[in-house]
Amino acid sequence: MDFRLTEDQRALRTGVRELLARLFDREALRSAVSAGRLDRDLWRELGDAGFFALRLPEAEGGVGLGLPEAVLVFEEAGRVLLPGPVVATHLAAGSVPGAAEGAVVVTSVDEGLVPWLDEADVVVGDVTGAVSVRSVDPLTPLHRVPGTGGCAHPFRPAERLPTTGAAEATLLTAAEQVGSAQATTDAAVAYARTRAQFGQVIGGFQAVKHLCAGMLVRVELARAAVWAAAVTGDPVEIAGAKLLADGAAVRNARDCLQVHGGMGFTWEADVHLHLKRAWVRAELGMTAARAEETVAAGL
Amino acid sequence: MDLSCTDEEEAYRARLREWLAATLPGLPERPDPLDWPARRAYDCGWQRRLYDAGYADTHWDASPTQRLIFLEETERAGAPYVGANFVGLLHAGPTIAAEGTEAQRARWLPPILRGDEVWCQGFSEPDAGSDLASLRTKAVRDGDAYVVTGQKIWTSHAEVADWCELLVRTDPEAPKHRGITWLAMPMDAPGITVRPLRTLAGSTEFAEVFLDEVRVPVSHRVGEENDGWRVTMVTLSFERGTAFVGEVVACRRLLGELARTARKNGTWDDPVLRRRLGRLSAEFQALWRLTQANVSEAQASGGVPGAGGSVFKLHYSHARQELYDAAAAVLGPDALDLGRDWTLDRLSSLSYTIAAGTSQIQRNIVAERILGLPKGR
Ligand SMILES: Cc1cc2nc3c(=O)[nH]c(=O)nc-3n(C[C@H](O)[C@H](O)[C@H](O)COP(=O)(O)OP(=O)(O)OC[C@H]3O[C@@H](n4cnc5c(N)ncnc54)[C@H](O)[C@@H]3O)c2cc1C
Repeated sequence: MDFRLTEDQRALRTGVRELLARLFDREALRSAVSAGRLDRDLWRELGDAGFFALRLPEAEGGVGLGLPEAVLVFEEAGRVLLPGPVVATHLAAGSVPGAAEGAVVVTSVDEGLVPWLDEADVVVGDVTGAVSVRSVDPLTPLHRVPGTGGCAHPFRPAERLPTTGAAEATLLTAAEQVGSAQATTDAAVAYARTRAQFGQVIGGFQAVKHLCAGMLVRVELARAAVWAAAVTGDPVEIAGAKLLADGAAVRNARDCLQVHGGMGFTWEADVHLHLKRAWVRAELGMTAARAEETVAAGL
Repeated sequence: MDLSCTDEEEAYRARLREWLAATLPGLPERPDPLDWPARRAYDCGWQRRLYDAGYADTHWDASPTQRLIFLEETERAGAPYVGANFVGLLHAGPTIAAEGTEAQRARWLPPILRGDEVWCQGFSEPDAGSDLASLRTKAVRDGDAYVVTGQKIWTSHAEVADWCELLVRTDPEAPKHRGITWLAMPMDAPGITVRPLRTLAGSTEFAEVFLDEVRVPVSHRVGEENDGWRVTMVTLSFERGTAFVGEVVACRRLLGELARTARKNGTWDDPVLRRRLGRLSAEFQALWRLTQANVSEAQASGGVPGAGGSVFKLHYSHARQELYDAAAAVLGPDALDLGRDWTLDRLSSLSYTIAAGTSQIQRNIVAERILGLPKGR
């Protein structure tokens, strides 16, 4: 057993981080927020970089990597708040022509919600009667499909164990949450190191320090859960990982906002974008209630 | 990211599992948990059986993976916990293995493995708990011995211990972190008085230890004189990094038991409680994975766990308390019965956010040593 990244995995992570820094830096993020549209050029570049074909066999033009590698890549996507139905398109890469190359945008119905419906070329699932929602996340347009999901989550864990595809979507969404939780931790720590009050940087105050430490604990625990679930592929472990990753992303965004004080409450700080996306992702893949029920059913 | 075991490790697991299945049914009942002398005899007896069967060397000589397998299998089978052997096996032993001389390893490690000698930890003092480095118990060199005078407190298992990993101040003039030395003190030396303290669970599991001119041979010093703080950091990293590993598996087993009880007594039908158990189960599973990550890191960096142990301990200590609160919700009035293990364990779980460094101190460590935030005054 060696539960660390292999050299190849570390290189992959560095490569993806550099690629995303180039394709989707902070300036791109802010202009995406103002544009509110999916950037087709970006999508194609992601396709060219193998983002969607990551797990397709090399014989089919893919990169031939596994779920653990995909998790690392999606963690990076979450870190920079990459917009678009990346998980659905990635999962469709083997079956929907054009998805692997980033020529086609694929979305799917998930927990009664459909992200990016108007921009998608292909939708997995039935969207009859879908109504547009004024999405809380400026970077995730949403539709709701009546009669599926919503606030009355059915508590029928045993029959609702995720199928393989759904489990993978859940896990990759969880990986994005981990990336986001890491990004807000980094942002909080960076701010705490520079912002001064009462004649010292606020990171010297224990009340602030302890918020930051709590953020790290959440992100480390969630990451261990997500990585392990990627290795085992076990549906119950995936449900548990999603639960912890949702908690880490949402709570870390809130604590990051707190560390930023008034600045955190402005549109200019990126914190709100992380928080809102975390809220959206928490409703996708598998909600907390269902994840808790799924893990409990495994007891 | 490799969670798999080698064929050799799997063979070890299978052998151990078989041995546990054959051995555990014949084991006598565990004595009253409040009777420490009886507990010592029982815990050491169990350690001796492990030793005789060839399963005792997992604590510092075996590969970390093998150690995890050992803990996983013994806990899963419901084997006795290390108990009175905690300090020796889980942090004094590993410290001596990492920092001791050949002669010290030869003198102290085998008796720990055989369950012949029990250790305790003499770190805390009445005025030096969280601020451990301000300790004042002094040791003055006199020929080939240190003469030690002072007081220790909260010393777990002091009543039944043969040896004490003792921190003393050997240079009162030096800055507080610099003048400390790590000694192995025999608990039967003249000048030692142990006065048991009663815990909130009614147990005498820890004590005050008074030291009046106790002579400790210089050869019992682990590490250099005045370099004890560095050795202490090694001890603490084992205490926080790996010592609780087995307990995580135990908590997962308890959760399974709780779920069975809840299904029987009807509390499982309460979705709030059911979901609470589900969340706890996800947390303990993740803590187990985090342990595997920490152990992998330690293995790669030469065996001593890093500050990641504080990340683990922070979450674990709170999750453990929540587990027993959830247990109380499942057990109802039975949770008020001191005759049940659950109730005693619930009471002991209250120490987890205090012992081995409080949660507040762990947060300081995470913030300062891992996140690089400035040191507070
Ligand atoms: C069951 C049990 C077993 C133990 N076994 C042993 C043993 O075998 N050997 C041994 O040497 N010790 C042992 N201890 C002692 C343990 O390590 C100390 O209790 C612990 O380090 C806290 O020290 P203290 O009790 O003096 O509390 P204090 O240091 O007085 O702390 C009191 C409160 O103040 C807070 N606090 C203190 N300093 C800070 C700070 N800088 N920032 C924020 N908050 C702060 C603490 O978090 C705590 O909430 C044991 C303790 C328990 C409960």
